[in-house]
Amino acid sequence: MPRRIRFVHPLAIRLTHWLNAVLLLGLVASGLQIFNAYPSFAERGFEFCCYPFAGKDFPRWARLGGWLGGGLRWHMFFLWFFLLNGVLYLAYVFASGEWRRRFFLPRDLGNAWQMQLYYLRLRREKPEQGMYNGLQKLAYTGTIALGALSVLTGFAIWKPVSLPWLAVGLGGYELARFWHFLAVWGFLAFLLVHLFMTLVVDREATRAMIAGPYRERVDA
Amino acid sequence: MPEREPGARLPERTTERSDRRSFLKLAAASAAGLLAAGCGWDGGRFGAVLSAWEGPNTALQRLLVTGRRSREYSEGRESGRMPQYFISPRVPTVDVASWRLAVGGSVAHPVSLSLGDLMRLPRRTIRVRHYCIEGWTAVAEWTGTPLAEIAALVRPDPRARFVEFRSFDSGYWSSWDLESALHPQTLVAYGMDGRGLPPGHGAPARLYSNRKYGYKSVKYLTDVNFLPVNTGGYYERMGYEWYAAL
Repeated sequence: MPRRIRFVHPLAIRLTHWLNAVLLLGLVASGLQIFNAYPSFAERGFEFCCYPFAGKDFPRWARLGGWLGGGLRWHMFFLWFFLLNGVLYLAYVFASGEWRRRFFLPRDLGNAWQMQLYYLRLRREKPEQGMYNGLQKLAYTGTIALGALSVLTGFAIWKPVSLPWLAVGLGGYELARFWHFLAVWGFLAFLLVHLFMTLVVDREATRAMIAGPYRERVDA
Repeated sequence: MPEREPGARLPERTTERSDRRSFLKLAAASAAGLLAAGCGWDGGRFGAVLSAWEGPNTALQRLLVTGRRSREYSEGRESGRMPQYFISPRVPTVDVASWRLAVGGSVAHPVSLSLGDLMRLPRRTIRVRHYCIEGWTAVAEWTGTPLAEIAALVRPDPRARFVEFRSFDSGYWSSWDLESALHPQTLVAYGMDGRGLPPGHGAPARLYSNRKYGYKSVKYLTDVNFLPVNTGGYYERMGYEWYAAL
């Protein structure tokens, strides 16, 4: 089957991608273990508006650490490497100019919309695209925003006394903890679509993230 | 990095592909196995790495924490509902008349304070938000003597870099770094929310600060020791962080 190389994922991006995958899963699993110690968002003696599942535990298979102390140790270990990995990734992407074909910019809005129409079968031909289409750019850039939100809300609930302005800016400790929790569901929603797209719809994308070259199939 | 020429073709390398595929299958299987075994896993041999990591993690925290003060609330802020925690099967109690707080260790002038002695020392009231390691918070008001006042009384040796707190709650104890212990918002508290300290919250006197997690604020105090060594703590020995600053 003839194929041609459409693009290559540089080694720095492949490494940070897979490291991020491991660290993020570890952070989510240890985070759910920590959450189980108080599976609620209400200040003691008060009500919380927006979490109907208060008091319900997450299952054992989804947790890492065995107990609160264990979960915290894993979380405190992973978080610095997650942060460092994210900073290295961003430094590389900007220094190399890779951001231009990866990050969602206002000019990608039109393409994202056309792509959405195409997926909804309201448009017949696939719109022209570069390495990524507008929707892909939106999703991938969205995960970076989620990462930033996780780090920011994480620091807010880790050091609420020493960095009080951070929690205050996020609506208080309880809400900061809630945003931190919601970021997890943002990541998991992304992961679900991401796994489907890269393992079922376009497996060549998985190959490219492991080996480098993305080999597009050429119908000839 | 420039994209490769659009026309370039890769030769089919079937052997390498199948090698890679079997490697990927193996990797996926071992990852799944790890995940299955990993649920509820305490770290096993990796636990040593996690413990060792507490050192640099504490150093990073010191940078964020040193010199900070807790925000204090005004009188109008309603207190929440502080749960009662102790490790004994029942609320630990003591005869207040014979109770003494022994302050010693590497100090020039060890003292034994009755509750009355304690209450005659300079007094401070703080209304602050308590952050539990479990994730909940509650506002409460605490009245007591800043530990720094007691330190001024006993005059610790310069070698004493740690302060150990012991209790009559089934041997519960913890220890602090000297700097955090002498912070103006670290109290030996005997009052809570405008009343005497209730038995469920550590009567007759307890350590209180919201600048560290609650398990560092030892209740039912009996001893305060200024020491040159770090003597850990009850929960710290089980794996909670020792520095534990907020």
